[in-house]
Order: sequence, then C-alpha cells, then structure tokens
Amino acid sequence: MSQEPVKSAKNPVVDFFGLIITKAMGALDVIFGPLQNLIGIKGMAYFFVLPNLLIFSIFVLFPVALNFYYAFTGGTNIFLSDRPFVGGENFAQLFDCENFTDPNTCNQDIFWRAVFNTAKFVVLQVGFMVFFALITALALNRNIVAKGFFRSVFFYPVLLSPVVVALIWKWILQRNGLLNAFLVALGGDKIPFLLEPNWAFFWIIFISVWAHMGFYTLILLAGLQAIPKNLYEAGNIDGTNAFQAFRHITLPLLMPTMLVVMVLSLIRAVQTFDEVFAFTGGGPGTATLLMVQYIYQTGFATQIQRFGLAASASVLLGSVLLVFTLLQLYLGRRSDAV
Amino acid sequence: MSAARTFLSRRRGHKGRFDWSDVLTYAYLIAGVLIMFSPVIWTVASSFKTKAALTEFPPTFLPLAQVELEVEGFDDPLPLYEVAMEDGVVRQLVQVRRVGIEAQMIDPASPDDIIKVKIAQRKPVRKVQLAWNNYVEPLRSFKFITYFRNSIIVTVVATIITLIINSMAAFALSKYEFRGRNLIFVIIISTLMIPISVILVPVFLVLLNFGWINSLWGVIIPGAATPTGVFLLRQYMLTIPDDLMASARIDGASEWRIYWQIVLPLAAPALAVLAIFSVMWRWNDFLWPFLVLTQSELFTLQVGLNAFQGELDTQWHFILAMTVLTLLPITVVFAFLQRFITTGVASTGIK
Amino acid sequence: MKVKALLFSLVAGLLLASSALAQTEIRFMWYDDGPQSETLIPLIDVFNEANDDINVIVDVVPYATIRDNLQVLLESGEGPDLAKVTNLGGLSEYYLDLTPHVDAEYFQTNFGPYLEWLDPNGTGAINGAHFELTVTGPYINRTYFEQAGVEVPGEGATWDDWAAASRKVAEAISGDGLEVWPMAMDRSGHRVAGPAISQGAAYFDADGNPAIADDGFKDMMQKMITWHEDGTMYPDVWVGVGGDTYASGADAFINGELAFLMSGSWQLGNFNNSIGDDFDWLAIPNPCGPGGCSGMPGGAAVVGFADTEHPEEVARLIDYLASEEVYREYTANVFSIPAHIGIANAGVDYNTDSENLNASLGGFVANVPELSPVAFALQGYGKNGAIFGATAERLGQALTGELSLDEAIDRMVADIEEEINQ
Repeated sequence: MSQEPVKSAKNPVVDFFGLIITKAMGALDVIFGPLQNLIGIKGMAYFFVLPNLLIFSIFVLFPVALNFYYAFTGGTNIFLSDRPFVGGENFAQLFDCENFTDPNTCNQDIFWRAVFNTAKFVVLQVGFMVFFALITALALNRNIVAKGFFRSVFFYPVLLSPVVVALIWKWILQRNGLLNAFLVALGGDKIPFLLEPNWAFFWIIFISVWAHMGFYTLILLAGLQAIPKNLYEAGNIDGTNAFQAFRHITLPLLMPTMLVVMVLSLIRAVQTFDEVFAFTGGGPGTATLLMVQYIYQTGFATQIQRFGLAASASVLLGSVLLVFTLLQLYLGRRSDAV
Repeated sequence: MSAARTFLSRRRGHKGRFDWSDVLTYAYLIAGVLIMFSPVIWTVASSFKTKAALTEFPPTFLPLAQVELEVEGFDDPLPLYEVAMEDGVVRQLVQVRRVGIEAQMIDPASPDDIIKVKIAQRKPVRKVQLAWNNYVEPLRSFKFITYFRNSIIVTVVATIITLIINSMAAFALSKYEFRGRNLIFVIIISTLMIPISVILVPVFLVLLNFGWINSLWGVIIPGAATPTGVFLLRQYMLTIPDDLMASARIDGASEWRIYWQIVLPLAAPALAVLAIFSVMWRWNDFLWPFLVLTQSELFTLQVGLNAFQGELDTQWHFILAMTVLTLLPITVVFAFLQRFITTGVASTGIK
Repeated sequence: MKVKALLFSLVAGLLLASSALAQTEIRFMWYDDGPQSETLIPLIDVFNEANDDINVIVDVVPYATIRDNLQVLLESGEGPDLAKVTNLGGLSEYYLDLTPHVDAEYFQTNFGPYLEWLDPNGTGAINGAHFELTVTGPYINRTYFEQAGVEVPGEGATWDDWAAASRKVAEAISGDGLEVWPMAMDRSGHRVAGPAISQGAAYFDADGNPAIADDGFKDMMQKMITWHEDGTMYPDVWVGVGGDTYASGADAFINGELAFLMSGSWQLGNFNNSIGDDFDWLAIPNPCGPGGCSGMPGGAAVVGFADTEHPEEVARLIDYLASEEVYREYTANVFSIPAHIGIANAGVDYNTDSENLNASLGGFVANVPELSPVAFALQGYGKNGAIFGATAERLGQALTGELSLDEAIDRMVADIEEEINQ
C-alpha cells in the first residue's frame, strides 16, 4: 500500500514546524524512556492507551451510569446528594398514557409528541436521503465530464455547520423571502412556511436531507465503484436488459453498503438537534420538537428543571440508539465476512 | 432499453454518443448543483444588502443601495427617488423625512420647497453597492472577533489533542498484545453507542465538578477521545509491518521513539483525514458548547451566531453577514482540499 | 541618588502591584433590553474609581442566559457575585441578605413593597434593590392612526374596541408593498396576564394557591386564538417559536409593521433610539374589562448572591446603585420607571426632548395606579415562573391547533401543579 505524504516535503514552513515538533516530542522521550524501563514494553502499551481510556471513562462511561441515577431520582437539584430517590416514578410518568397513539391522553404529552415527531422525521428523512443519495451516486458513477466537480458540489453542504444551514434556509423561507418571491411570480400567494406546522415539518426534513446527503452519496459511490465491471460486461453479452442488470448485479452487490448507509443515517437522524433548533426551535407549537430538544428543554431550558425526567427520556433514547448501533455492527461484521 | 441500461450500469461511455440518458444525468446533476449552491450564493448576495433593501419584496439579486445626494443646507446626504407627480411628469427628488405613508421631499435644485408625496408614488434610484457595514458593525460591536478566536482555539487545541491521544491508543491496540486489549477495544466501541445527546445531564454535572462550565476546556476535553478516530487510525496502523518495530527495538529505540518516529509518520495519511474530520466537527459543534458556555465572551462562533439570531431576530443584514463569515473558513478549506476530503470520506465509510 | 530613585520606583511598583492584588474583583451579570448598559457602565466606572479596592466587572449577557442558565450556575456555585434578575421570587433561595451591610431603614422606606417580591417567604430580609420598575402596556403607531383617519379609542376602551380600531388602521395603511398588521403581543405568560386580569382572571384561589382556570382567563385566551385566526394578531411572535420560548414584537413595531403592540415600559429606551423620526408612537392606557384596566408590574432587581466571597463589597455596590443620585441618573437616562419611592414621588426629569418618549413615560406612570391587586400578588408569587411558562407553552399549542382551548387550559393547570410540587 502506498503512503503518500500529504504535503510536499519541500515546504519550508512545514519543515520548520516539523522540526519543532520533532524536537519537542523527542524531548519527551526523556520522561518516557525511563518510564519504559520501569514498566516494560507491555506496560508501555497500557500507557499509550491510557489518556483515551481516561477521557472515555470520565466523560462517557461514568456519565452513563450517572444517567441512570438521575433517572431514578427526583427533585430539581443537579447535585446528586440533594436528589431524593423516587424509583421508577419518572419512567412511570413518561409511560402514563391512556392511549399510546394519542399524545393528548398522556401524562407527559410533550414527551410523546417528541417521540412521534422523531419517529416520523427519522423514517421520512432517511428514506428520502438514501433515495436521493443512491440516484446521485448512480449519476456520478457514469462517465461524465467534471465528475470531481459534481462530487464536491454535493458534498459541500455536509461541511456547513448546522446553525449556518438553518439560517441559510430560514432566510430563503421568510414570508418575504426568495421562495415566496418565486411563488408570487408564478401567480400564487405567499406562504408563511415556518408558521404552519406541516410546512415546518416538511422543511426540517428537506434541510436535513440537503445538508447530509452528500456524505452518504460518496459512500454509495465507492460501493458502486467496487462492483467489478466485468459482471456488467458478462451480462451485456448474455443479453440482459438494464433493469435486470440493476436488479441482479447492482442491487445485491450494493446492498451491504446500502444497509450500512441506512443504519448510519438512522443513528444520526435520531439525534438531530442542532439544525432544527436553530431553524424552528421546535415550533410552531411542538410541530418540530424532536427528542434531543425535549431532553434539553426538560433538563435545562425551563425555570424549574427536571433532571430526573430528562435523564429518563435520555435513557430511553439511548436504548433505541443501542439497538441501531448493534445492528450496524452486526451488518458490518457480516459484510466483512463476505 | 439499452438506453436505460446505460444509465444504470455503464461506466464507460462511448465517444461521441450522447443519448437521452446522458441528458437526464446531466440535467439531474445540474439541478443538484443549483439546489446545493444557490442557497449559499443567495445568502452571500443578501448579506451585502442594506437593511432597507432586505425588506423589499420581491427581492433583487444584486445588492442595490440607494443613491444619495448632498443637498445644500442639510448635513447628511439625502436619498434620491424618482417620483411620479400628479401631472404625469417624473421628477427626481430627494427625501427629507418620511412619516408613515407620507414623505416630505424636495428638489435638490430648490431645497426650500417641501413637496409632500405619498410613499407609493416614489421609486428609489439605486446603484449596485455592497453594504460592507453589515460585516463591520457586528465585528466591532458584537464580539464576533471574540467568537472567532474562541472557535479557533477550541478547534486547534482539540484537534491536536485528538490526534495525539487517538493515535497513541490506536498504536497500542494495533501493535501490542496485552491483557485486557479486547476488553478495552470493546469499551471504546461501546462509546460509539453513547452520543453526547444521551448523557447531557450527567456530563454537565461532571464538568461542574471539574469547574469546567464556562471554560473552553469543558468544550475541548470531553470530545477529544473519539472512537471513530481510534478505529480509523487502528485500521491504518494494522497495515504497518511489525518488523519495522522489531528492528527498531533491536537498535535500542524506546517504545515512545518507535511510536513517534516510525509509526506516526507512516500513518500520516490517516492522521490527515482524522485531522480534517476533527477540524470539521469542532468548528461546527453546537449542542455541547451551547450547554457549557453561558458567558458570551466564551461563545464559539456557532453558539454566538445562534444567540445573535435569537436576540436580533429581524436584523437579517447582520445575521446574514455573520453567517457568511462563519461558513467562509470551511469553504476555503474545502476549496483547497476537496479531492482529499472526498476520497478520505469514501475510504472511511467502507470500513 | 540613583539608588533612591530605584528604591522609590520599587516601592511604588510594589504598592501599585499590591493594590492591584488587593483589589477585590466582583462580577456583575447584566442584561440589556435596549441601551441600558451604556448608562450603567459609566456609573460603574465612577464606583470603581472611588473604591480603589474593588474592581467591578460587568458581564453583559443575553436575557435568555439570565432567565434560563443563571439558576444552574448558582446551584453549582459558579454564579456571579451579583446580577440584574427578573425572576424575583424564584431565585430567592440564593440571595444575599444585605441587612447587616446597608442602611436598612433607607431600603425599607424607599423600596418597601418591592422588597416583598424578593422575599416571597416573608423572612424580612433585604435581598436587593428593585432597579427598574416596569409596567406592561400597549404602544400604538400614532402616525398610522392619523393617516388612516381612525380615532384613537379613549379611556375605558376595551380590548375588543382596540382590536377593531387597529384592524381599521392596518387595512387603511397596508398596500403598495407595505404590509401592516393590526396587533401583536409579546410571547410570554407575563404579558398576557395583564389583559387576562382585566378580563376578570383571578389567578389564585382563596388560599393563595394558583387557580387559573376561570372565565376571565379563558376569555382572554379565546380572544388570542380568535385574533390569530382572523388575522388581527401578527402570528410570527406567538407561532414562530415553540415551547415557552420568549419572543417579542418590538422589532416588528420598530419596522413599522404594526399598528398596536402589547409590550411594556422597558421598550421605551429601545423605541426612542431605534424609531427616531420614522413615525410617532405612544404608550396608551391598558385596555379595560370586567376586571379593571390592568397591566402587570415587574421589572428587574439588582441582587447579590449569598455564595459570593465578597459580601461586603457586593453590598457596597448595591448601596451605591440604590443611592438617590445614582438611581435618579440611571432612571433619567434609561427611561425606566423608578421603583425608588422617594424618587417616584419627587418626579424624574427624564433626559430627553422626545415628545413621544415623554408622553409615553407619562402614560406608563399613569398606568401604575391602575394595576390590580391580583397583578401585584401574581408578580410576588415565588413560583410564578411555572404559571407564566405553562401559559406560554400551552397557549402556543392552542394557537397552532394542536390542542383545543379547554385541553390547553387543563394542561396548564396540570403543568403548574406538577412544577410547583417538584
């Protein structure tokens, strides 16, 4: 495997920094050399893995355990010692519904609205995004001019921050914005997109697809390019038509990649917060309120903060994500074995 | 049907043949370019318009600002309009004052006669002009330079830390056999399943206890250990031959030296990809800095931009300008490194 | 000679350094709704100079930060030393009792009734100084009324009268690219409380517990819904965001998009600066109903926090700010209504030539006697955050059709009950 240097070695600035860093790191050997003598080569292995492990433990694993503690306690205090134990009451509150399909009958109706919104959002957003990513990948896989240019164009929105994405589109969708200008020019009426629940929901799906599909397009494109072309040529000779080629060659061989893409995007979609929060703030009403915003709102953005309830909701969210992630790992392992 | 097959499965076109499937493909791709780029371009174009120009409907594409004339007896230049008078003549008048739906206007040639005109009768005389003030004002009065500085500090420091500790962990996990290696690996995998959004409350508490709320460290450290980063680097390091290390040991090199002078340079391409990812993640990060930083002098650019739009919710001329500034750095990086980024992404996706 | 000079500069340097070292730094968290910090900071500079041993640092943060984040900061011990706050009763557990450090009698005489807002449990502590008294009330675009030829409703006019008049104005003025909406109201439970009380809402039951589901309250909620449906109300404010997020119609008013805005006296400075000559505006008396012609009192107080490491210095600063001269200077330049009883009785010579501003100030001051006792009680109730938050959130849902009005009110009652019992 070839290892190409990223930057040309002839660049004096890089050389200068390289020299400084080398010297600095070399100097550190003064400490680490004797350390190695102390703990041996095996010991060094632990040393290398330590910083990462430490951060994971303190900032990820430990909080997961704490989260359960929060979920089983009540009160409005953030400090654990001041929180009374309430057992499963938070969960009981969350699940206290007469009719699970109607949030209005639930004790914590806002929670259930968030659940339904998130479920709807995830299914639609992933569906549309993977669909368009596939079509785009198929288009990019053809022999076209400026392929690199087109590829980069679709990828560009992926780099934009969620807040920027939200503001760009918010500006276009204003009552006197660009889109309404087109509508009026075509003879229609202005639509206050962000004030109508259904439109607002449509647009959060749209901007989310717009902002993320480029990433998955690239992955699918790589998957398409990995399909050996002699299969198509063989099919050609045998006289298979286009759709058969797609159904029997492309689709099956692309399927592992497609599955990975779908699960990855599911995991990401369930956690959507940034762009929707900056775009509609969960409104109008609760039309675009998603799970992570619900957790944030319940635990942080109210005057009377309910950390227990927020933690319970996040435990539930985490469980859903756990299922998806295990699914992804399973698929990954299966495709490795292929 | 061969045309459709071409669309779906051909990867090499024939020279000179341009059939409907190619047309379809190009049409789709060009439509894609429009949809992907035009919102950004529209934002940039709008950001140069004055506040008054932004409230116009329908909007113009080019930033047009009103022509202003110096008139004797007035300190400030006055805006120029074309006015349709009752007798049908169109005159060019400047406006002294506008009160509701009525404007007081004068002819620059005879500044003493005030003519009252209904605002519907006037049309502004305009020329293309960039409202640079939209950019200058927030930088000056709204602390945007501070936000920039904070974002840069967080991004650079976090990326450096990430590169170092992730590569150290990847090195250990790929090149050493030691007890608990698999367990540690599983632990790292498991953190993939625990995104920050699920542990908001307890991480906040942990940071409180460290005193890192309202500190940039509270934003830098928790996300510095990335499972994706460890995977990426480990994958790459597995391909580095072990005998390089063995011979170095024979020569008396310490493990740190081996890591630093042999393995890291060889892993440079993967490090570069991780660096770019890290820069992207950190620059664009919103939820966590939003929670942790409440003192405005510590805001990163994304948090500052969001707070900005919340406070001044109809002062779009400032909001748009600051949005453009926020997306500028990443756009520049992209322009230079796009080939690299896109190939890097594709290769990690297929892991 | 040289040695002497050296010694001198050394000693001077040490003194300087030690005085800098000996300087106590206190952090003052502040928010603006208008240009208030422009007036505050010079006053602080004077204080800093007069008090060598104290260095006050003013942190100007968005209002949302103080409203949403301050409590967590205080709970964790990361809070500032003092702040300007509006959640007067809700944060009372964190306040610093100034009694041992200040002239208690001065504070009682001049801030008496307002001290109760900061002390919902009636402990008698002096927890701060009410710095800006605000009253909620409407503004109108007087120029539009004139140009539309619509008579400004007089005293005793009801909400429906004003709605009708505003609709006529908006219709007359709109056109040729100018879009004017009749009315807008800030998005907060506090803002809608005044009108609700005017329609007869009592907010509390005989025992002093929250009981909002009465006819008067429902009547006002229904009006809001109807006005949104028939185009009387500018929807962007209430429907544009979700949850109990605060939004204001002030920007729309400044841009000349509204004939009538229900907001409050704190906008006076902002309007004076931003509207300039564009049009004439006026603050009018609160519209009337069966419950009176009431708005809501409120405002912000400067409070110290018990957690501070420098209670004496904090008390000195608050004392300074509450002193007659400084308070008068602040009020006159920020165009707020003085809570300081002595100053209110003597009258304030506001620092402005603007006719609009002076007339509006007069208007708001005249609104104060009209405030209903329910309004005072509501403002003083320690957990009114729960009431206001629930009102905003659920009314928002009713306005988008997610809930019917009855469901919304039921939910409000349930929400308030749940939050109070936390």
